[in-house]
Amino acid sequence: MTEQLLSIVHLSAVSARDGNAPVLRDVSLSVARGEVHGLVGESGAGKSTIAKAILGILPGGIRITQGTIKLGGRDLLALGAHARRRLLGAEVSLIPQDPLTALNPARRIGAQLTDGLRLWRGLSARDAQTRALALLDDVQMREPARVMRAYPHELSGGMRQRVLIAAAFALDPKLVIADEPTTALDTTVQKQILRLIRAMQERHGTSVIFVTHNLGVVAQICDRATLLYMGKVMEQGTTRDLIEVPHHPYTQAVMAACPRYDRPGQELEPIPDAVLATCRAEVMAFDRAGVSHG
Amino acid sequence: MAEALIDARAVVVAYAARRQFLSKAAPPRPVLHGVDLTIARGETVGIVGESGSGKTTLGRALIGLLRPVSGSIRFDGREIAELGEAAMRPLRRRMQMIFQDPMSSLNPRRTIGRTLTAPLLLHGLVDNRAAARRRIEMTLERVGLPASVLARYPHELSGGQRQRVGIARAVVLAPDFVLADEIVSGLDVSTQAQVLKLLGELKREMNLSMALISHDLSVVRAVCDRVYVLSQGRVVEQGRCDLVFDHPQDAYTRTLLDAIPLPVIDPTWLDRQAPGAAA
Amino acid sequence: MAEVALNHDAAVAAGPPKLRRRSALRALLAQPKVVFAGGFIVLLILLALFAPVIAPHDPLDQDLLSGTLPPAGFAGAQPGYWLGTDDLGRDVLSRLIYGTRVALTVAFVAAFAAALLGTVLGLFAGFYGGAVDAIVSRLVEIWMAFPPVLLSILIVAIMGSGVRSVIVAIAIIDWTRFARVVRAETMAQAKADYVVAARVLGFGRLAILFREILPNVAPVLLALVTLEMGIAVIVEAILSFVGLSVSSDTPTWGGMIAQGRQIIYQAWWVFAAPLAALFATVLAFNQLGDGLRRALDPVMQR
Repeated sequence: MTEQLLSIVHLSAVSARDGNAPVLRDVSLSVARGEVHGLVGESGAGKSTIAKAILGILPGGIRITQGTIKLGGRDLLALGAHARRRLLGAEVSLIPQDPLTALNPARRIGAQLTDGLRLWRGLSARDAQTRALALLDDVQMREPARVMRAYPHELSGGMRQRVLIAAAFALDPKLVIADEPTTALDTTVQKQILRLIRAMQERHGTSVIFVTHNLGVVAQICDRATLLYMGKVMEQGTTRDLIEVPHHPYTQAVMAACPRYDRPGQELEPIPDAVLATCRAEVMAFDRAGVSHG
Repeated sequence: MAEALIDARAVVVAYAARRQFLSKAAPPRPVLHGVDLTIARGETVGIVGESGSGKTTLGRALIGLLRPVSGSIRFDGREIAELGEAAMRPLRRRMQMIFQDPMSSLNPRRTIGRTLTAPLLLHGLVDNRAAARRRIEMTLERVGLPASVLARYPHELSGGQRQRVGIARAVVLAPDFVLADEIVSGLDVSTQAQVLKLLGELKREMNLSMALISHDLSVVRAVCDRVYVLSQGRVVEQGRCDLVFDHPQDAYTRTLLDAIPLPVIDPTWLDRQAPGAAA
Repeated sequence: MAEVALNHDAAVAAGPPKLRRRSALRALLAQPKVVFAGGFIVLLILLALFAPVIAPHDPLDQDLLSGTLPPAGFAGAQPGYWLGTDDLGRDVLSRLIYGTRVALTVAFVAAFAAALLGTVLGLFAGFYGGAVDAIVSRLVEIWMAFPPVLLSILIVAIMGSGVRSVIVAIAIIDWTRFARVVRAETMAQAKADYVVAARVLGFGRLAILFREILPNVAPVLLALVTLEMGIAVIVEAILSFVGLSVSSDTPTWGGMIAQGRQIIYQAWWVFAAPLAALFATVLAFNQLGDGLRRALDPVMQR
């Protein structure tokens, strides 16, 4: 068995703002070194909550009630805030969803790219500059020197996302969390960005958690994936199994609800009520068990 | 071919640059460079393209929200490209629109009931509020919403419910043509399937003509009869969905199709370079 | 089918949607500062309306024998004169109470007049754009280049002193404040899809402007009117202070401050009492304005 970089075991969380309603229900998943792991689900399924829990940036009101998140053997939830920040800063990075708001509009790209290098690697301004240029070259940015001097608004959405990918890989992290990084992009740009993330990941041997609502994206970029519904794992496995031989009725139903340009004008099948009833029964069974345990 | 409800010829639309005080206006920036498009009665046409292709502009020109610089747009045989706001108004009932973002397309200070009632009274489709209420309740039931939403404000509904309200507002006027602009792009797959299915049913029941604007070619294939592929303000390819999707002729169409990640295991997809794709 | 589908929608959209609706009034009353500020202003209105009943003395009644009496609790205070008397022996509390009449009249009438003028111009400028906008915007820019104090002195000088002149001066000077904010807000709202939706539905321009856009501009407007009331109270006080408001036999806070300034070493309370009243009133209007803005915004309510 391959070595696990990240393992989440029995993670549950509740939203205090919502009367302590569960938002994660006993989620377990593990990501091997060099693996791209997809977190799939509809909005509110908990995929972003998991990503934020790993990064330690859960919004106020979301409270973890049980479980562990281990990165390279160390339990992140047991670490103090300072130790955790040191660990995460160097070993985990994020490719955010919105490339526009993720960059400071008032600062040049170069300054924003070199920040992390200087803080975490202790590079001099000059070395950081050289390293940042190399990174931009890595993400196939044309005219990297000009981009370094540019402000975010001078770049297209795809270019900004390339900058953020460069920034995410700058410190050679062990784990990159990509939070719907292509949702705001046109499909042709999306494909370039997916190709780039995969290429960077393979070159650096990085593990990636890829948060998305698009099963097509999962099929094309992930090695393994976890499908969530209402904060509970519905199905988990290799992408091939998930896509080609889905076991859970929810997975089957979601696959059937996806429109596909390669199929003649089929009637789209919304998720059948019976399937939703099954899913909800699983969720409620968990909630009841949680209550009886205290 | 069936009689065309909408017949647009050589439509050119340009946006005027904002004029600064005491300075000369910059020349208008063209967005559509001569687009031909027809939509038959009962037909659903897809308009696809990437951001900046002019698909939204084309849609707005078709329902008379934008006035073309040149070209002709006929609606049911009548030229609308030249009509002013007031002359358009009687035609408005017959051409409706469903918006991408149902939150911003519903007035936040108005209950759903008031939003749906006012247009019915405006166009004289009902004699009184009681009749309006009956008609609205029937429409709500048809789109799968309980009558209780009438008393609610837009922010009190879920995304899927708001989109249904948007659909109800468009169809309650019994229009001939509905423009749907990226209406499922913000929705989850299952909600998207529900909305598209509903739209297909309404279209058949009411013999609606529809234009579905989308960046998602899969959605277009699922519901449209014909498709127009737009790039930089020009139609690069158009035709029946089966022909365009199964045998695309234009390189740009091929690039667009190839860029869509399908939920199938295809190890060659990621590194496959479609002809003409920029590195 | 429909019911289940809806449940699904709801479940997917992060739990069941909150259908509890808080009315604007309840959102308003939930803010303690609004309750205090609103209560204070209601109190002022009552004082102004029933001044003759409430005031312990005639505000103009001079009694040179009981001049510069200190407020209650200080050495030499006389019962019945809670806030003391001025150098002419007039009861400060009674003058303060009568002073609310001018202050509030100016606050309400001037703020509404300025709002009306500015809102109409701002709405049209923001909605129609083009030449209308160019004219209104230029007018606002030119207007704002005038020093407001000089402009108000000029207006009062032309029209003659009196409450009416003060109101006209405030409205004519401060409409730009409303025009600018309403224009910007209208432009933002006019771009929203619901305005396009109204056009698609066939509503005319004026209907869209007043039925769709105005209600969405209203919260900002209402907050601004309330703030303007505070400003109007101050402007009136300034004009009274320099003797350009009402005739000196009508008690005003500004006039009292002017008078108190001259005898500040003999009778500080004549200066301090109206200043405190002015301060509290303006603060109350500002707090109320802020509270209104919060309460009326349907998105901020959550």
